[in-house]
Amino acid sequence: MIEIKDLHKSYQMGSNSLHVLKGINFNVKEGELVAIMGSSGSGKSTLLNILGMLDEADTGSYFLDNIPIKDLNEKIAARYRNKFLGFIFQSFNLINYKNALDNVAMPLYYQGIKRKERTDKALHYLEKVGLADWATHLPNELSGGQKQRVAIARALASEPKVLLADEPTGALDTKTSYEVMELIQGINDEGKTILIVTHEEDIAHMSKRIVNLKDGLIIDDGIVEQVRANSYV
Amino acid sequence: MFNRDRWNEIIEALTANWFRTLLTAFGVFWGIFILVILLAAGKGLENGVKRGFGDIATNTMFMWTQVASKPYKGLPKGRRYNFKIGDVSSIREKVPGLRYISPRNQLGGFGGTNNVIRGLNAGAFNVYGDYPEIINQDPITITSGRFINYGDIDNNRKVAVIGEGVKKELFKFGEEPIGEYIKIQGVSFMVIGTYMKKSNNGDREQGQKEIFVPFTSFSQAFNRADNVGWMAITAEDDNSITNLKKSIIDVVKTNHTIHPEDNRAVGNFDLYEEFSKINGLFIALRGVAYFVGTLVLLSGIIGISNIMLIVVKERTKEIGIRRALGASPWSVRGQILLESIFLTIISGMTGIAVSTGVIFLVNKLLEGMPASDETMFANPSVDLTVVFVALLILISSGLLAGLIPAQVAIRTKPIDALRAD
Ligand SMILES: Nc1ncnc2c1ncn2[C@@H]1O[C@H](COP(=O)(O)OP(=O)(O)O)[C@@H](O)[C@H]1O
Ligand SMILES: [Mg+2]
Repeated sequence: MIEIKDLHKSYQMGSNSLHVLKGINFNVKEGELVAIMGSSGSGKSTLLNILGMLDEADTGSYFLDNIPIKDLNEKIAARYRNKFLGFIFQSFNLINYKNALDNVAMPLYYQGIKRKERTDKALHYLEKVGLADWATHLPNELSGGQKQRVAIARALASEPKVLLADEPTGALDTKTSYEVMELIQGINDEGKTILIVTHEEDIAHMSKRIVNLKDGLIIDDGIVEQVRANSYV
Repeated sequence: MFNRDRWNEIIEALTANWFRTLLTAFGVFWGIFILVILLAAGKGLENGVKRGFGDIATNTMFMWTQVASKPYKGLPKGRRYNFKIGDVSSIREKVPGLRYISPRNQLGGFGGTNNVIRGLNAGAFNVYGDYPEIINQDPITITSGRFINYGDIDNNRKVAVIGEGVKKELFKFGEEPIGEYIKIQGVSFMVIGTYMKKSNNGDREQGQKEIFVPFTSFSQAFNRADNVGWMAITAEDDNSITNLKKSIIDVVKTNHTIHPEDNRAVGNFDLYEEFSKINGLFIALRGVAYFVGTLVLLSGIIGISNIMLIVVKERTKEIGIRRALGASPWSVRGQILLESIFLTIISGMTGIAVSTGVIFLVNKLLEGMPASDETMFANPSVDLTVVFVALLILISSGLLAGLIPAQVAIRTKPIDALRAD
């Protein structure tokens, strides 16, 4: 599903250049649930953003579902993001003046789907994350956990190939974090490929594979025994 | 493009900060307000001045004889001559594109001795010998009876159409003039109609003190033989009398053996030329109105552009989220442009509405005042074209105002946009 080879990325800051990714190689197969770990500043987000076509690598190759992702113009990048990827952010990134349902329906709007069908689909995914009753609520009327569920529903709505989550539980308390992870595990059980960036050990162990990043290189990559989130309650 | 989400978002974005939106909108409102008011004031002035022309057909020239100033073919200079009734038919034959050619004879007039008598009443009036077409060239409103017709012309009927002013002087109040006889220089004419002239250059009163009789009976009664005093000639609408003037004058010069380069023998007054000069003045005035209005509008547009920039900055993160979800650059740009156009049009339309309201009130006030010829201002108005042009200006300026902010909105990389707060 994802193949990256020798990926490099530096940030230019004035005359200084900060080499963040120093040659990343890794593949993700369909249906995997991968945790990317590493200390703060190790380049996890940078890697995920490149995978998400929000940012571009300096060198190296990236194939998503066998499609080369290179030198895309913004129009095509936008279409690929819309079709192939679902994003889940630490800070939820919901649009605050849209209710839960409209937030979930947004990627469908950009797919050009008609209003009626959009609403039906969005409602379906809200049901899936257990928030059908909150459809008409604005984000600021929801708890953190609920917001992240809405964000997950939104990421799922466009039926992407891969979900990319950057510290999805970073802003949540432990209990809510586990609930969100339980939801993510459920989605993965249905076959969706998911990458999660985290620096929390317990969250990482709820995945099926942990990739460890340090100073811009993968220092460790291995299959782990998945801990089910619901085993904590 | 114009679905509900778009509109919701536009409304949402604009209502987020009411005060700021209002202030921004005011710039464009004021610009279009000034533009419309200036144009309407110009139109009012134009209407006022043109009212001086009355209803007269403006594509018209008047032509009379003067003294030949050059000897020609053995004839001396200083010679007097008269237009003949035959000139009318030869002009008609040789100069195409003319609508009316009215030969006229005239006698008496303001300040002259009393030339019209009825019983014990007498007065000094202009008396014209005319063809029926003259009513189309210098329109009057028949208030009772009828105007001269070709039956009167053909049968040399001694009939007269008198102005309301004439009626007032010769008849008692409430007396019915139609069928009564008046004596014009001793010759009896029967009154067949009365008229009112709407307005005439400065001499309203005088305009009602004229008497029209058939050209033929006039010539007969006052011994004019086949002489013609002067002519009123109107061109077809798709021709201008100014262009035809020379050919017409050439025809009468040939008819009366006048030197082709004698510029003084045929006197004429080209109403169209005068009218065009005044028209040119008002076109210039309109140009000034557009110029000033557009400048004021421009500052309004800059205001909108400025505010849109701030809005875009404030919404950087939201735009980042949208782009992460798959919003194409054009969809982002379109959103900003639509917002800007919407704001411009709404404030502009309010400007148009308020200014037309003001114009309406001014019209009401003017209506209430007695119309006098000294007021050089009448019926200020804007026509639909102006509103249409203003709307076009608004849409394009809305686009213009949104252009830079829209570009700014997509210039930031999605990832940087997402990082902003
Ligand atoms: N846009 C940027 N400009 C400059 N430096 C950046 C930028 N984004 C990230 N960095 C730097 O790159 C390094 C890796 O950042 P990041 O990928 O966000 O790390 P992580 O997510 O693992 O904490 C950090 O040192 C960070 O300061
Ligand atoms: Mg990070």
